[in-house]
Amino acid sequence: MKKGKSFSYARYGYYFSIPFIVAFVIFWLYPILYTAIIGFTDLKGLGKTSFKFLTDPLQNFKTVLTSASFKTALRNTVVIWVINFIPQITFALLFTAWFTSPRCKIRGQGFFKIVFYMPNIMTAATVAVLFQALFSYPTSPMNDLLVKLGIISSPFNFQVSKLSAKLVVAFIQFWMWYGYTMIILISGVLGINPEGFEAAEIDGCTSAQTFFRITIPCLKTILLYTTITAMIGGLNMYDIPRLYLNGGPDNATLTTNVYIYNQAFAGSYMYNRAAAASLIMLLIIAVCSVAVFRMFREKDQRSVDRRRRRLAAHKEVDNA
Amino acid sequence: MHRNSLARVKRVSTPVHILMYAVCIFFAILCLLPFVVMLVNATRNTYQVQQHAFSFVPSKYLMNNFKILNEKDTFHPLTGFMNSMIISAGTTICAVYFSTLTAYALVAYSWKLRGAFFSLILAFLMIPNQVISIGFYQMVYKVHMTNNYLPLILPAIASPSMVFFMRQYMIPSLPLEIVESARVDGCHEFRIFNQIVIPMVKPAMATQGIFCFVASWNQLFLPQILLTHKEKYTMPIMVSLLEGDIYKTEYGAVYLGLALTILPLFLVYFLLSKYIIAGVALGGVKG
Repeated sequence: MKKGKSFSYARYGYYFSIPFIVAFVIFWLYPILYTAIIGFTDLKGLGKTSFKFLTDPLQNFKTVLTSASFKTALRNTVVIWVINFIPQITFALLFTAWFTSPRCKIRGQGFFKIVFYMPNIMTAATVAVLFQALFSYPTSPMNDLLVKLGIISSPFNFQVSKLSAKLVVAFIQFWMWYGYTMIILISGVLGINPEGFEAAEIDGCTSAQTFFRITIPCLKTILLYTTITAMIGGLNMYDIPRLYLNGGPDNATLTTNVYIYNQAFAGSYMYNRAAAASLIMLLIIAVCSVAVFRMFREKDQRSVDRRRRRLAAHKEVDNA
Repeated sequence: MHRNSLARVKRVSTPVHILMYAVCIFFAILCLLPFVVMLVNATRNTYQVQQHAFSFVPSKYLMNNFKILNEKDTFHPLTGFMNSMIISAGTTICAVYFSTLTAYALVAYSWKLRGAFFSLILAFLMIPNQVISIGFYQMVYKVHMTNNYLPLILPAIASPSMVFFMRQYMIPSLPLEIVESARVDGCHEFRIFNQIVIPMVKPAMATQGIFCFVASWNQLFLPQILLTHKEKYTMPIMVSLLEGDIYKTEYGAVYLGLALTILPLFLVYFLLSKYIIAGVALGGVKG
């Protein structure tokens, strides 16, 4: 009787997953496969949907991989991400150390957390246009401020210099994300077993020793998770480079996603090349995802099974 | 004992402490300053911005800037607001309800393909929609659904990351015993979900709802390729119009336009910041 009952409930697992699966197949799986197919075809031109496969199936991939602007885009994406991520993780760790250490006792932490996180929630498109206005030439708040403070004598054109354009994009990215990273890391530290900290204190460790010998090793998983998600986010950077200077000057802020958009939707309608570039990015991202997948899978399934076993044990006791 | 433990915590020296505060305050200013400049400049006219672009003193041209925005007739914040509202609300409802349902299927029932299904969700956790945009656009174009909101809303029914989060939340905190007893009382499974499970996981749904809403509100890529009619534009697409030539010399009006696009987010954030911060922290621990 008991067995028959639990068997009949299992089908609700399928029923309740149906909406997800249907939406998934239509809106994720089909577009992915379709993108993949387009990558091997001659599909280009506004409003075209019919296509035939190329005689050299890898031609689009070759074109993309050898194209100077894709290479520039890939290099820019990585460079901008690295320039943003190093200060991002450094300051996030620094604030985490300060905000969680009993020796610092910084007041107004709630306020600082709210303010540091705020840029993250604001529309990236608006932020990009705002920074475009803030850094424009010759009259902009940034130039006005720097001249007033005597740091520069005359306005500087931030938007024609390749280096400063990259730096500003990286800075916006840093500015939007360090608060988020900090909050994730703080919650990670608060989840660490306090016994380790107590032991360190009794042994007379300095703050720095405690932080590097206990906090960081315990944060390893969260640090890895943050790094990988930030990396995937960075590989998909679009809103800011697109609306800050639309990839310019001279492709200095062209990222791979802006490249894909330009190929497919901004005049040239090269859907096939854009699809090939998307697939290359998907491959890079998939490699990163596998790492995350491995990290979480084992640990999780075990806890579900344990809970289920415990419930089954309860039932048996009840039955008896 | 109490005294003892107090004495044991050595505080950092005063100069170091002051330095820490200085750095914190510097970063707080760094986060706020662009928005302050934006709000102040929204009240100033072109001439004033040209003279001193950086100022903390609001002026009296707010209404005037508003008039300029209206006269140019390209940037329609109200239309953008309504469109973004429809899309974000639809997306949030779909994502939250169906993710909870899917997570419940993963937690409450043991079915044969459950493990495989969960692996699939994990595999798609990290895939952002930009990389599939070409196929997605072609599909939508073929069925003549560009400039329709449904292709932007319905994909939310399959939100792998939210299913993952809801599952992580349910495993320790959903008492399956209560579900069992409702079953004994003859409650139908779907009713159990709607009337017993949903009220129990409401806090998690609310947190996820806020993030989903904001993410959807801020989204630029897909709406930009799917919506080509101006009256369908969402707020982030509207923002890009402010960069156009029409507003090249209307500095004050541009700042006002920018301020209008994020005003709703400011309101949401200052009303719910505590929950949002707690939600981010929770996501980190669970994720």
